[in-house]
Amino acid sequence: MSASLNSMRLLQSTGLYLDRSKTISFQFNGQSFQGFQGDTIASALAANNCKLLSRSFKYHRPRGILSMSGQDSNTLVQIGDEPNVRADTRAIEEGMQVQAQNVIGSLEKDYGSLIGLIGRFLPVGFYYKAFYKPKGAWRYWEKLIRRMAGLGKIDPGSEIEYTDKQYRFTDVTVIGGGPAGLSAALEAADNGATVILIEENPILGGSLNYARFKTDRDQVYRIRNELVERVSSHSNIEVLTQAQCGGWFEDNWLSILTPGRLFKLRSKAVVIASGSFEQPAVFRNNDLPGVMLGSAAQRLIRLYGVKPGQSAVVMTANEDGYGVALDLLDAGVAVAALIDMREQISLSDLSQAVVAKKIEVLNGHTIYEALPVAGNRGIRGVKVAAISGEGKVVDETRTIDCDLACISVGYTPAAQLICHFGGRLIYDESISMLKLDGMPKHGDKCKAIAAGSLNTVFDLQQVLADGKNAGGSAVAIAGIGVKPALGQKLLSSAVEQNHPWPIFSHPQGKEFVDFDEDLQIHDIEQAVAEGYEDLNLVKRYSTVVMGPSQGRQSALNNLRIATKAAGNPLQGLSITTQRPPFHPEPIQLLAGRSFQPVRRTAIHHRHIELGAQMMPAGNWLRPAYYGLPEQSENAVEQEALAIRNGVGLIDVSTLGKLEIRGTDAAEFLNRMYTFSYLKQPVDRLRYALMLDETGVIIDDGIAARLSENHFYVSTTSGGSDSVYRSMLHWNAQWRLDVDITNVTSAYAGISIAGPGSRDVLQELNCDVDLSADAFTYSEVRRGQLNGIAACLLRVGFVGELGWEIHVPSSQARYLWDILLETGQKYGCRPVGVEAQRLLRLEKGHIIVGQDTDGLTVPEEAAMSWAIAKKKPFHIGKRSVEILANKKQTRRLVGFTLPKKSVLPQESNLTLKDDHIVGRITSVARSSTLNEIIGLAYVHPEQSDVGTSFDIKLSNGNRLSTKVVALPFYDPNGKRQEI
Amino acid sequence: MKLMTCPLNGERNISEFVYGGEVVDMPNPAACSDQEWSAYLFIEENTKGIVKEWWMHAASSYWFIAERNTETNEIIRTFPSSELYMQRVDFRAAKE
Repeated sequence: MSASLNSMRLLQSTGLYLDRSKTISFQFNGQSFQGFQGDTIASALAANNCKLLSRSFKYHRPRGILSMSGQDSNTLVQIGDEPNVRADTRAIEEGMQVQAQNVIGSLEKDYGSLIGLIGRFLPVGFYYKAFYKPKGAWRYWEKLIRRMAGLGKIDPGSEIEYTDKQYRFTDVTVIGGGPAGLSAALEAADNGATVILIEENPILGGSLNYARFKTDRDQVYRIRNELVERVSSHSNIEVLTQAQCGGWFEDNWLSILTPGRLFKLRSKAVVIASGSFEQPAVFRNNDLPGVMLGSAAQRLIRLYGVKPGQSAVVMTANEDGYGVALDLLDAGVAVAALIDMREQISLSDLSQAVVAKKIEVLNGHTIYEALPVAGNRGIRGVKVAAISGEGKVVDETRTIDCDLACISVGYTPAAQLICHFGGRLIYDESISMLKLDGMPKHGDKCKAIAAGSLNTVFDLQQVLADGKNAGGSAVAIAGIGVKPALGQKLLSSAVEQNHPWPIFSHPQGKEFVDFDEDLQIHDIEQAVAEGYEDLNLVKRYSTVVMGPSQGRQSALNNLRIATKAAGNPLQGLSITTQRPPFHPEPIQLLAGRSFQPVRRTAIHHRHIELGAQMMPAGNWLRPAYYGLPEQSENAVEQEALAIRNGVGLIDVSTLGKLEIRGTDAAEFLNRMYTFSYLKQPVDRLRYALMLDETGVIIDDGIAARLSENHFYVSTTSGGSDSVYRSMLHWNAQWRLDVDITNVTSAYAGISIAGPGSRDVLQELNCDVDLSADAFTYSEVRRGQLNGIAACLLRVGFVGELGWEIHVPSSQARYLWDILLETGQKYGCRPVGVEAQRLLRLEKGHIIVGQDTDGLTVPEEAAMSWAIAKKKPFHIGKRSVEILANKKQTRRLVGFTLPKKSVLPQESNLTLKDDHIVGRITSVARSSTLNEIIGLAYVHPEQSDVGTSFDIKLSNGNRLSTKVVALPFYDPNGKRQEI
Repeated sequence: MKLMTCPLNGERNISEFVYGGEVVDMPNPAACSDQEWSAYLFIEENTKGIVKEWWMHAASSYWFIAERNTETNEIIRTFPSSELYMQRVDFRAAKE
């Protein structure tokens, strides 16, 4: 094979897709080839007489072009780091490196094909039977089998390219740019609708580009050119070529895949004109290179200007096969015989034209077997026999020499988009075809109309009329303009398209039903014989229709074979459930860029300037600690000591902040939280613990009563949205007189804590009296701080004298700067989340979500003190009361270990008599206390102070510890109350 | 993607909404039995047909009620919750 031979290329006039002025070189398995601009990999190889594209999945049999339309797995190849590319639709590019997949050795000499010799010892269900015993054996076999049966190779080192999605809206979407789709688009656009037309090929026309439709080829071209011209120039129609619809979803939401971009398209109405798939016949060696669908041969000739072979036999059961024969003759291919499976000679224009060319026509015959050349790399002829009954032939056969067998024995509607969404294809014996059983119903906003051969309409004039009707209906559904008058409902013109039984078993087998999975007639029959009669079970047991082509060429014949084997009638039976996507969707298109929002506090940039290591907290970024990662332990220790001995500043802006106003504000909080708020004095703070209806702790915070009818409530950093939503949800039912506002972003919060914090604040110009007598622990004041409106909450989360100062976010950076500057002489330093967590642990304060989980009730977390028992209602009240009478299974306790002990990890297990009873929820080394401190769930019987329990460390070792009283630090709370 | 009509904001993608569970009347927590309370919390009717559900438009935090057919996933109607919840609800303590 020379690089520039192009020995099978036809004359200048053919090849609709080609631009012969541009020559493109590429490599296939290291060998150079040339094609023209517009060639696919497969067509360029075929032009160079290279038929072998891949090896089959199981037996490593040589495979070549089957559909020439990207609908089968015979053409899967690897391009660089991109696996499973369909060679019959991917255009060649200069310098492209194409590799065969699934070969052991080389494509030409694949040692894996030796498996074919022992094929009869590899029956269906073989994996299940052979490799699962003894127990554990599968783990060994799996590696080997995966290597033998793998498809393309994924390159983990390949570069990530981001692709963006695009959202589009239109009145009418037409899927398919063939005769029905073109006609529908024009009708809808002429009636005022804006139309998007989706076509997977590079140019419009569909079957008009290669099929004859029982008429003169030039007549079809004229119709095609007129339609394409009108569509292309219509101001209401936008055409997307090389675009595939991956799925039709609720309310006419369509996923449209194009190279490098996923469109999410919302359409008021959808016309689906996706056509139909030509079906193979099942006979011995029907899978070899050189055996292809009639439409594939026509595509090679008419779209790519490639001669599909030198000498052909055409097998048909309809008029289209005669069109194939005429196209072959036009392309200079000798037609050795036309095998018409039908008994009666047809008397159409096409058949008479074939007869006039002195082609031998054999009626009532079939190809019984294709004869391979050495190594199965092609065919040298076919064995033909007269049909004597369903799937039966007479003994006498005749061999006809040929290197090409074209098969035109029927169609299956390409109804995937409709079947994904609840539609069904059922078998109609009167036309030996699967057809749509109506359209699925999804409400008024979600309507699609099927048109063309998808609707089992095949006559060209009827297809055009059906498309026009669909376009009119779409306009009516979209509610645009005047309702066009609709024509008569068309009758199916599918009679004499499909042969009822193009399936001929052979004593030596290798009659393939499913090319993807290498399944033969006896595999399907065997699955049924083993009791898997239901078609969905046949599928799962044998893997039929589960390969890359998803049953496009196998569903119909599989239905026929399995149903007959089970002894059931075919009429009305449905094929197996189909699911999106219609086409393989590159994950790259689905993933795209991430638009996860990130929330930064108003002081964020100061933290960065101060060298903070930021950590995510929900959507927020918070400073973990200030300093280099390699000195993190020291930084956290120093920050904690600053608050214990001097002053520290913590950015607490991430806390949720809600304002509750109205005459029922106290009543509302009384219901939402467990404490009592009705008698909470103005200017006082109260802890706020929120339970859900099952009594589980879901959030906590502080409620500040600013005035009789005005509360300011904080929530956890992650909980602000859910708490706010929950409050609104409850009050939609209670209808209390309250106004609930989420002011989380409006205010920033800075916590100043430590023995020196009062001194720092008193140096500022503050109109609030901060003295110990005037502003006691657990109080709130509003005032001016250096001219800023501030709300000061005297809290003790970290267990020292301190305030949370809430100010408008716009003023936060100024406040931070002034506090840090003023605090300098008191040793003030910024403190991160890690030190804050250590400090609160020293005080035994829980963090909801860390020390509680999705099932923690107050008693388990030792939080019963926070529940007001006398009030009539709070959300968790009834459940807490019920749980009070039940035996508890765990309890949160404090424990300590010597400072030099191994540091256990959070989630290390706690044990009672070798049984797991809980886990550590928080643990840290405390410099202040000179020991390891932690919180853990233990069995209630272990919860008394002084009781020993065991911790199971990450390495499996046990560590014994004892329950201690909480808090670890300053048990009487003296330090926070000075 | 499915569309939903918010009574306040009009027709939007379903991804803009948050599901809030079926509309279920809370039994009187001070008077009902433990069984009634746990049934209220944990037993779902799983109705095949039309149900009333709480939904919230996330960006506006607006809660409303939708009637949806669980068999076809068709949203039949959406309306403000005040159509169902017309009066203030109060709770009384259980009698000792």
